[in-house]
Amino acid sequence: MRYVYIITLFSLIGFSTNAQQVAKSTYGDVILTSATVHTITNGTLENTDVHIKDGKILAVGTSLSVEGAERIDCRGKHIYPGFIDGGTRLGLSEVGAVSLTNDFNEIGEVTPQMKALTAVNPNAVAIPVTRVNGVTTVIAAPSGGIFSGTASLINLHGYTPAQMDAGFHGIVMNFPTAARRSRFDRRSDEDIKKAQEKATKKIKDIWEEVALYHRIDSAGTSVAGARLDYQPEMEALLPVYRGETTLMINVNKDKDIESALEWIEETGVKAVLVGVAEGHRVADKIAAAGIPVITGPVQSIPGRDEDKYDIAYANAGLMHQAGVKVALRTDDSENVRNLPFHAGFAAAYGMGVEEALKAITINPAEIFGLADQYGSIEEGKVANLFVSDGDPFEMKSRITHLFINGWNIPIESRHTLLYDEFLERSPGLDR
Amino acid sequence: MKMKNITIYISLLLLASSVTGQVEKGDILIKDATVITITDGILENSDVLIRDGIIKNIGEDLAAPDGVRTVDASGMYVMPGIIDAHSHIALDVVNEATDPNTADVFVGDAIDPFDVSIYRALAGGCTTSHAMHGSANAVGGQCETIKHRYGVFNPDDMKMDGAPRTIKFALGENPMRVHGERSRIVPATRMGVEQIFRESFAKAQDYAEAWKSYKANPSGVSSPPKYDMKMETMKDILDGEVIIHCHSYRADEILMLIDVLDDFGVEKICFQHVNEGFKVAPELAEYGAHASVFADWWAYKFEVYYSTAYNATILTRNGVVTSINSDSGELIRHLYHEAAKTQRYGDLSDNEALKLITINPAIQLGIEDRVGSIEIGKEGDIAIFDKHPLSTYTIPQMTIVDGVVRFDINDPADMRMDIDPEEKLSTFIEHNHDHEVDRCMQDVHEFFSTHKH
Repeated sequence: MRYVYIITLFSLIGFSTNAQQVAKSTYGDVILTSATVHTITNGTLENTDVHIKDGKILAVGTSLSVEGAERIDCRGKHIYPGFIDGGTRLGLSEVGAVSLTNDFNEIGEVTPQMKALTAVNPNAVAIPVTRVNGVTTVIAAPSGGIFSGTASLINLHGYTPAQMDAGFHGIVMNFPTAARRSRFDRRSDEDIKKAQEKATKKIKDIWEEVALYHRIDSAGTSVAGARLDYQPEMEALLPVYRGETTLMINVNKDKDIESALEWIEETGVKAVLVGVAEGHRVADKIAAAGIPVITGPVQSIPGRDEDKYDIAYANAGLMHQAGVKVALRTDDSENVRNLPFHAGFAAAYGMGVEEALKAITINPAEIFGLADQYGSIEEGKVANLFVSDGDPFEMKSRITHLFINGWNIPIESRHTLLYDEFLERSPGLDR
Repeated sequence: MKMKNITIYISLLLLASSVTGQVEKGDILIKDATVITITDGILENSDVLIRDGIIKNIGEDLAAPDGVRTVDASGMYVMPGIIDAHSHIALDVVNEATDPNTADVFVGDAIDPFDVSIYRALAGGCTTSHAMHGSANAVGGQCETIKHRYGVFNPDDMKMDGAPRTIKFALGENPMRVHGERSRIVPATRMGVEQIFRESFAKAQDYAEAWKSYKANPSGVSSPPKYDMKMETMKDILDGEVIIHCHSYRADEILMLIDVLDDFGVEKICFQHVNEGFKVAPELAEYGAHASVFADWWAYKFEVYYSTAYNATILTRNGVVTSINSDSGELIRHLYHEAAKTQRYGDLSDNEALKLITINPAIQLGIEDRVGSIEIGKEGDIAIFDKHPLSTYTIPQMTIVDGVVRFDINDPADMRMDIDPEEKLSTFIEHNHDHEVDRCMQDVHEFFSTHKH
């Protein structure tokens, strides 16, 4: 109830304080005609129509004819399902260096009850900037601590978090690590080891506590005097313990990945590994464990000086080849729009275009348990899709139409509006 | 006698340094490629011959002189080595953040030829970069134009000998935070930043005048003025001997610096980052100021919130000499890809887009007569790609500096120094993907980090 209240309050604030940024979207009955449809799950269909109605893909076929539907000629163009980014701070950060505009890192080491969706700003300027590149759906994830909070999958259109909610919520965990945080991390090796051991112990303690909480909770009212105190952390972790909620485990270093796999095996949690920069070193083990990964950013520098220069480009493909289900993320906030280009680099460096497309469509949809709604062009799925005049991984291609939840969204953002205003500034040099 | 010994010793030192200063020049013939010259169109099925580090010939069916290595580049694209007008790779330190004016320091004194970032840049076709001082100070240190001769041990051998002198200036939040906010000295505002420049230039004029009158009458009663390295540098800027590269974001501060420079008669100015350059593109073009921008970075700090990725296109269309830079050990590896973004965010032609990472940055660094295009007589800096360099799917194959192959994708030894791929003791570094600060704030940003890690 509190949650609903917060969302309602937030949406009211959103409505009252933000002026219109871009032109309005329209909702209706649309047929995209004569396109090359990249279904992802059912091959590429030439000269095919896609009928969008009531927010859904109603039909995919040839020569569809529906009375009253708006027809958009897509001859020579391509239709793709909306791209999905498996890890961002989009909507949770307006300006990186202005701390009060950052809502992704709450105080405390164990804060799984902190809900990213609560803090998603539907009017974040970066949202239209992102979606005009074909990215329709992203994970907005909190960070920091051991259990950072609850990440949510959001569609990049809507005026309230509830309208944007795409139906997946997972708890973010940072697995204890022996990695350095950055090149400027000046801790001694011993201090890093100590910190890792401390975090490992903490997780063990928490898990014992959750186990106890589970036992008491399962016993219900039959145990006399076993009334549960208000423990929001435990309340949030309980469905993870029971395997109902996905745990999104951030882990990058090879040995840490192995430890994470062991921990997943021990606890039996439903997990996805996130980051996984050194997945290529232990790809067989990840594949054998059957745990999917969300990796990226693809365009990043190697974690070790002696790594091959292109290992971050190749990592996703190497894991895929080992049999791991791979989705991609940008781990970005303002430049999530680069997701298709990260996928393009993964494609070029060994993954191939087909698999790279899957890694930002159907694979994340499957990982989030939403493959019946997202990630491909199929009848009955949510109408999240875009029309492009060419390969969307290539810069030269233009995205001409965009649909999210069936809303026909103008290809407009602060960036395009500034272009329109300033390409030929008026007045120019006149005083 | 003693004096003579010292003279001999110094001569030996000079001899030694001139020997180590002799950088390797190579010979190579690249065959049957699509040659993107940048300044003279695209040549199909053409060859490029480099002798002793210099492009000697371009054309069809060139014969390999005796002993010259031939590279079969059929089906491939050959372009001039990429130039990055804003980078901090190959530097031990970036910021001397101790005074609003540090015109007396040189990043050339802090070059690290062993930085693996140089190799990674080469693996992205980048052969030359502008190793810059950071943006902590309104007047920063002097920068160094380096060639990516990865494999040399002597820091001086990285320097592009004879390249014009350049200096870093910085406007806005960074000098305001470092000095005003941290140390409570001017500048705490953009008003203060302006006065640092005006004061520095005015004092340099006085300084130059004092030396001039002293030299006009050296036997007179006055003693010589005190030698001041900062003032020497400021005087050289006034004399047009140093190109200013100014970290900047907002339109108002860009106009401010143009006004200051106009008042002091300084012409050579390249604005760096210049995220709001698009708002004052006509003024930049009128003054002849250059712009070196990110392809799409924005919103990582407040002064870049009102940005557009169409910046490079708007600047180019308004006649501003524009380049795309990296300011990053990551982006420097795919500047070809960054340049291609102007075809999504704008409508630049292939050649216009490629100029942003070749001849235009060369112009901004004053080295356009030596690098930045494939022309006979220019230096043999070449990048070879398997597909068109503006395609997302392209992969750099070979990078050549002064005719010497410094990156080769097919070289099993990987061409890196002191690297053991089987290394057991190694450190894995997680890279923080928050763009909270720019690399220009390296060495000082830890004082200001707002994020918990």
